[in-house]
Amino acid sequence: MKRILAATAAVALTTGCSVMTGDEQSASDSAPGGGNAECGEVVLVTHDSFTLPKKVVRAFERDSGCTLVHSPAGDGGELTSKLTVTKGDPIGDVAFGVDNTFAAAALEAGVFAPYEADLPEGAERYLLPGDDDRVLTPVDNAGVCVNVDTAWFAGRDLEPPTSLDDLTDPAYEGLFVTPGATTSTPGMAFLLATIGEHGEDWPDYWEDLLANDAKVVKGWEDAYYVDFTYSGGDRPIVLSYDTSPAYTVEGGESSTAALLDTCFQQVEYAGVLEGAANPAGAERVVDFLLSPEVQAALPTSMYVFPVDDTVELPADWARFAARPEDPIEVAPEEIADNRRDWLSRWTDLTSG
Amino acid sequence: MTGGGSAGTGRLLGLLGLAAVPTAVLGLFFLLPVAGMLERGLWPEGSFEPGAVLEVLGTDRTRRVVWFTVWTSSVATAASVLLGLPAAYVLHRLRFPLRGAVRAALLVPFVLPTVVVGIAVRELVADSGPLGFLGLDGTPVAILIGLVFFNVAVVIRTVGAAWEGLDRRPAEAAAALGAAPWQVLVTVTLPALRPAIVSAASVVFLFCATGFGVVLTLGGVRYASVETEIYLLTTGAITGSVELGAAAALSIVQLVAVVALLGVAARLRAVPDPTVRRSVAAPTRPRRRDLPALFVTGGVLAAVALPIATLVVGSLRRDGAWTLVHYRALTGVGADAGGNGGGLLRAPVTEALGNSLRIAVDATWMSLLLGLLVAVVVTSRSRSAAERRVRSAFDGLFMLPLGVSAVTLGFGFLITLDEPPLDLRSSPLLVPVAQALVALPLVVRVLVPVLQGIDDRQRQAAASLGAGPLRSLLTVDVPVLWRPLLVAAGFAFAVSLGEFGATSFIVRADVPTLPVVIYRLIGSPGQLNYGTALAASVVLAAVTALVVLLVERLRVPGAGTF
Repeated sequence: MKRILAATAAVALTTGCSVMTGDEQSASDSAPGGGNAECGEVVLVTHDSFTLPKKVVRAFERDSGCTLVHSPAGDGGELTSKLTVTKGDPIGDVAFGVDNTFAAAALEAGVFAPYEADLPEGAERYLLPGDDDRVLTPVDNAGVCVNVDTAWFAGRDLEPPTSLDDLTDPAYEGLFVTPGATTSTPGMAFLLATIGEHGEDWPDYWEDLLANDAKVVKGWEDAYYVDFTYSGGDRPIVLSYDTSPAYTVEGGESSTAALLDTCFQQVEYAGVLEGAANPAGAERVVDFLLSPEVQAALPTSMYVFPVDDTVELPADWARFAARPEDPIEVAPEEIADNRRDWLSRWTDLTSG
Repeated sequence: MTGGGSAGTGRLLGLLGLAAVPTAVLGLFFLLPVAGMLERGLWPEGSFEPGAVLEVLGTDRTRRVVWFTVWTSSVATAASVLLGLPAAYVLHRLRFPLRGAVRAALLVPFVLPTVVVGIAVRELVADSGPLGFLGLDGTPVAILIGLVFFNVAVVIRTVGAAWEGLDRRPAEAAAALGAAPWQVLVTVTLPALRPAIVSAASVVFLFCATGFGVVLTLGGVRYASVETEIYLLTTGAITGSVELGAAAALSIVQLVAVVALLGVAARLRAVPDPTVRRSVAAPTRPRRRDLPALFVTGGVLAAVALPIATLVVGSLRRDGAWTLVHYRALTGVGADAGGNGGGLLRAPVTEALGNSLRIAVDATWMSLLLGLLVAVVVTSRSRSAAERRVRSAFDGLFMLPLGVSAVTLGFGFLITLDEPPLDLRSSPLLVPVAQALVALPLVVRVLVPVLQGIDDRQRQAAASLGAGPLRSLLTVDVPVLWRPLLVAAGFAFAVSLGEFGATSFIVRADVPTLPVVIYRLIGSPGQLNYGTALAASVVLAAVTALVVLLVERLRVPGAGTF
C-alpha cells in the first residue's frame, strides 16, 4: 500500500506542477519587459462581460509600469455581492462593473475607498447621486429599452407601440416578452422603468401588463433569441437595449427600433477597493478606464456607450442606435431602500 | 494471537492513511468554505442570531420553494430510473453496431451549458416551435423533461457498469427452472442491481435538487427551487444586498435533507451479501424479447437527440441558408459592434476549448485518485458494526458536494481561503479541485458496487499464495475495476467540462473556459455571436463524446482475463 501511496503522491505532485508552471509562463508572457517597477501588479475585478483590446491593455502596462491582472467575477449582481462579502480583505485592488441599480448598496457596505479621478467631458452627469465622498467613477452607460420588430408591424398594417402604457393596450395583447427582474439585469432595469414611470401605482401597471399576456422569461437571450419575431419567435415586442437596432441592419435599413420613451439608463462604475494591496495602481487603472483609448473601445468591446462625449461612435451605432434624450430615472438610494419590497411584490405578481 | 492483533492495528492504520488524503481535500475545499458561509449567515456580527433564519424558514415562500424542489426532483429521479434501466440493459448487455458511440453520445447533455440547452428546448416547445402545440413552454413539465435530459445518463452509466459484469448464471438457472423473463428480472436481476440503482437514484436526486440553470431557464421566473432561491439571495438579486442569513437558512435545509437522503440511500443500498459473482460473458445480440427495452432506449435516445439536433441545425444556418460561417468564426474573438471582427471575447473559442480540456484532465485524475481511495476504504471488510457505521458515514461525507448549493461553496471559497497559508482563492488549482469534488461522488458510486462485489476470499487466496498487497491488488482488484474505472473517468471528464456550479462562482484568474465563452457569446447581440455560441456548443459536445469514446476503448493488456 505504501508504494501505491508514494506513486500516487508522485503523480499528483508532478501533474500539479505542470499545471502551475503552465500558468506562470503565460502570466510572465503578458508582463511588460521594461516598465518602471513602481506600480507592480494590480488586480482588476470585473463582471464577466468586461473585455478590452489587447493592444490597449499592453499600451497601458508599458506606459504605467503596472501589470494588469484581470479577474472576472460573474455578472453584475454576483460581482457586487462578492465585493460585499469580501469587504476589507478584497479580491483585488480595483473593481469595474457595479451599476447604478447596485451602487447604493455597495456604497453603504463600504466596499470602495474614495478616489476623485479627472472626468472627461460629459461624464459629470453620470456621477452617482449621493456619492459625496466620490468613491465611484462612471465609465460607461447604456439604455435598456423596449424594442419592436418594425418589419413585422409593417406587414400587419399595425402601428407599433411607442410608450410603456401602450403595452397594456389590447391591440398589443400577447405580443410583448421581457426577461424577469430577479434573474436578469435588463429585466430589473425594465421593472425600474415602470416604477419610475408609474411611481407607487406600478403594481397596477404590471397587473394590466400581465393581463395583456406579456410573457416573462429568464434571461435577455431567451427573450431575444427564442421569443422575439426577428429571431423566429412569435412576439414582435421585446425588452432589449437602445443599441440593439444596430445589429438588425440589412441593406442599409434596420428592421427593428428601440422605443426611446421606455428607456432606463444603466451606468457602470469603477472604484478603488477599500483595503486594496496596491491602491496607487488601482487609481491608475481608474484613470486608464477614462482614457480616450478605453472610452473609444467600449462600444466595440462591451456594447455600451462611453461617458466621454468627444469619442467617436462606430458607424452603425451613429446611424441606428438612437439614444433616449430623457431616460426614465429612479434614484439609487430609493432603489437600495425599496428593492426588496419591489422585487417580492413583483415576484408575487408574476408567479400568481 | 498477538500477531493477529498487530496485523489488525496495521490494517486500521493503513485504512486511516488511505482515508487521510481525500478527507483533507474535502475538509479544505468543501467543509471549510461551507462552514465559513454558514458562520457568516448565522453569526452576522459575531453574535449568534438565529432569528433571521427562523423567519426565513417560516415563510410561505420557503415552504413553497422546498415543496417544489422535493416533488420535481422526486418525479424527475423516478422518470430517469424508469427510462434509464432499459437503456442501461440495451447499451451494456446487448451487442450492436455503434454501441460505444451511442454510449458516449449520451454523456453529451452533461457538458452542454444549461443556457444553451434551455434555449434549444425552448425553441422546440415555445408556441412558435415545432412542438408548440403541446403547450409545454414555461410549465413544470418542461422543467421535468429538462432534468431527465440532463440526468438519465447517470442511471445508464452507473447501473450499466454494474449490469455489465453481472453473472448471468443465476438468471439462466431461474429461467431454466421455469421463471418467466419478468420474474427473472424482478426476483434475480433487479435485486442484484439494487445497490447500483439506489446509488444512481440518489445521485440523480441530488443533481436535480441542486440544478438551478434548468429550473430558471425552462420554468421562466414562475418557479423557484431551493437552489435558485439561494442563488438569488446570495447575489443580492432579490433585495439588492447580500442576504447571507436567509441563504444560510436554506443551505441548512439542503444539508439536513441531503444527510437524511444519504441515510435512507445507505440503508436501501445495503444488501446482506454484496459479493457479486462476475462473469465475462460477451454481450449478446438483441433478441425478440428485448424489443420493449430497445423501444424505450430508442425513445430516450430520440428525446436526448432532439434538442442536440436543434443546436446542430441552428449552428449551420444563417439568414435562411446553410453555412459554415459560425464554425469559421470559432477561431476569432466574436463579432463586435463595429463589425470589424474582434473585441468581444478575451480569447478565441478554440483557445477556450484548450483551457477547458486542460482543466478537465486535471479534474479527472484528481477525482479518480480520490474516488479510488474513498472506494477502497469504504469497501474493505469491516470487522465490527461500529466500524461499518464509521465507514458508511465516511461514504456519505463524499456525497455532500452534490447536495450542497454551489453558490454557498463558491462564495465560501472567497471568504475562507483568503489568508496564508490557505491563500488559495485565485489559485489555478481551485477550479479543477472544485470540479473534482463534484465528480467525486459519481466516481465513488461507480466504483463502490464493483469493489464490493469482489469476494474478499480471492484476495485472501492471493495473499496465502504469497502475493503482497500490491500484487494482490493488481491481480484481483484491477482486472475487475479497470472497466468501471474508465466509465468513471468518462463521467468525471464530462462533469468537469460542463460544471457551472461552484466554479462559476470562483473568482478566477483570467483563463476563459469554453462554457464561459459560450455564455458571453449568447448574451451578446448579433446573429453571428448567437450562431457562434451554438457552433461552440456543438464542438464542445463532439469533443466530449470523442474523448469519452477513446477513454472507454483503453485496455490494459491482460485485464479482463481471470
